Amino acid sequence: MKILVCVCQTPDTAAKIDFVDNNTQFNANGVTFIMNPTDEWYALVRAIELKKQHGGTVTTITVGGAENEQTIRKGLAIGADDAVRIDTNAADSYGVAAQIAEYARSQNYDLILTGKETIDYNGSSVGGMIAELLDLPYLSGASHLDMPDANTAIAKCEIEGGIETLSAATPLVISSQKGMAEQVIPNMQGIMLSRRKPLTVVAPAAINDLASVKVFEKPAPRSSVKLIDPDNAADLIRLLHEEAKVI
Amino acid sequence: MSVLVYIDHAGGNIKKVSLEALSYATKVAELTGAAGVTALVLGSAADATVAGLGAYGATHVLWANNPLFDNFDSGAFTKAIAEAAAQTGANLVVLSHNSRGKAIAPRLSVRLKAPLIAGAVSLPTLDGSALVVRKSVFSGKAFADCVLAGATNIISLNPNAYSVAKGGGSCSVSAFSPSVSAADFKITTVSVEKQSGDAVPLPEAELVVSAGRGMRGPENWYLVEDLATALGATTACSRPVADVHWRPHHEHVGQTGITIRPNLYIAIGISGAIQHLAGVNNSKVIVVINKDSEAPFFKAADYGIVGDAFEILPKLTEAVKRFKAEHA
Ligand SMILES: Cc1cc2nc3c(=O)[nH]c(=O)nc-3n(C[C@H](O)[C@H](O)[C@H](O)COP(=O)(O)OP(=O)(O)OC[C@H]3O[C@@H](n4cnc5c(N)ncnc54)[C@H](O)[C@@H]3O)c2cc1C
Repeated sequence: MKILVCVCQTPDTAAKIDFVDNNTQFNANGVTFIMNPTDEWYALVRAIELKKQHGGTVTTITVGGAENEQTIRKGLAIGADDAVRIDTNAADSYGVAAQIAEYARSQNYDLILTGKETIDYNGSSVGGMIAELLDLPYLSGASHLDMPDANTAIAKCEIEGGIETLSAATPLVISSQKGMAEQVIPNMQGIMLSRRKPLTVVAPAAINDLASVKVFEKPAPRSSVKLIDPDNAADLIRLLHEEAKVI
Repeated sequence: MSVLVYIDHAGGNIKKVSLEALSYATKVAELTGAAGVTALVLGSAADATVAGLGAYGATHVLWANNPLFDNFDSGAFTKAIAEAAAQTGANLVVLSHNSRGKAIAPRLSVRLKAPLIAGAVSLPTLDGSALVVRKSVFSGKAFADCVLAGATNIISLNPNAYSVAKGGGSCSVSAFSPSVSAADFKITTVSVEKQSGDAVPLPEAELVVSAGRGMRGPENWYLVEDLATALGATTACSRPVADVHWRPHHEHVGQTGITIRPNLYIAIGISGAIQHLAGVNNSKVIVVINKDSEAPFFKAADYGIVGDAFEILPKLTEAVKRFKAEHA
């Protein structure tokens, strides 16, 4: 079974977010970058588990510059067999998806996994776009994925107020979320091996972006908290009704 | 300018988030001087339900009353919506950024070569002929104003970002027969498991009662649930609570869980780590209950009670019950 996992780099979850150039650019200065959590914890780990079950290969793919290579090596240390980096900075989800789809088109992957969204631009779009570009079925936000055989995927996907169990034949695209796997910390052997695993740099295809960001803004800070005496808890309910008007 | 709204429903019950999307689209049509708003319904529903969309601003409904669409496949649905967009000459397609919307919108963006704003939180403003729409980025730590300048554009609207507006309008309904066949449905629904209770699903909830490790164990959650039930709120939790399975995964809010923006978020025994705040800080009103007056969450709160949740929760629940009785 050939599995492709889309992984990208995002600012650390604890990073303070700032912008420069009149709030048109993210300020990466002093920011630590990590692998996007849902890509790493769920998509990549589950891909490696499925490979152990059915044999085959797990390849990671990343659209971005050389500054992504530490993140990519981490994916190899966790257990991917090889990695592909498409050497361009895409400006939107479509740019990323189209580059990946162009590469994947000739490679006959059985399964393409993404995280449910990145924690920076929160697009939740790359998986669905790849599926449409390659005319494949798409399962969005799977919290569970089993492959009873190498040709069948059975996934649980959350919908509002319930969980659907869905099945589809490979090849297909699935975006992954919490529940699909447990986070794995790479061990020493994995880290040593990762240095010798192949990382192929591919030239980008000519692709135009669709949407663009005009300006960023940070939410206004809240005015200071109004404290309520714990012996007068009922006061809170009155304030929520009369003052905040939310109940 | 012409606007198409995809209406999501479950077994003929139109989802509130789709009424939000329709109300939003109606307002956008008004702002941009669009000719009308077409609502698209796929699958079985009652005639009155479909015709009732006029009250939320639809001037016309296209309805594919075909049981094929009672199963969901993002590919087949995308094909049908794209045909409706072509048939109506839509320059703007609006849908909810709910679970179905997240599966459909990116596919539709590719199929129509239309720029997509996934998870819009504001009405668009006009910049020449382009639309500028705000969305949350960095999981709630910032906003981005994004430019939509395609011949056709797509907006998926965040749940709870725009209020349902019901008026007295009516609409015409016509049958819609997209060239979609059983072969376009490549996904089989094996089963659907309902989540317990009749609480509003978390992403759509206006009132949320959330708790963290301060509750010490799942056996104490009845205190949280009692308050939520009294308020008619939905329950949520912090990540460690879901990680140790005190609560189900789908209740985990925050940067690596789900991002919500209810009208009221009550956080009980949650410290207010940056990853947690990211997922909830766009809530309209935040109440924090924590025994530690130094807990970082108080800096992000509108109202706070410093004290022991085990003593405060029963009192609050009682107060809510009294309030509800007085205002019944
Ligand atoms: C990569 C990464 C991603 C993360 N993503 C998320 C995420 O998406 N969502 C998330 O929530 N967290 C996330 N976290 C974890 C986050 O950093 C915090 O560890 C977590 O939010 C803490 O949960 P908590 O507030 O329930 O527990 P604690 O931090 O242990 O806080 C418990 C609080 O309860 C209070 N308390 C104790 N007893 C009582 C009582 N009797 N009455 C009242 N108050 C009491 C304490 O004073 C304390 O403030 C992430 C962390 C990392 C590293």
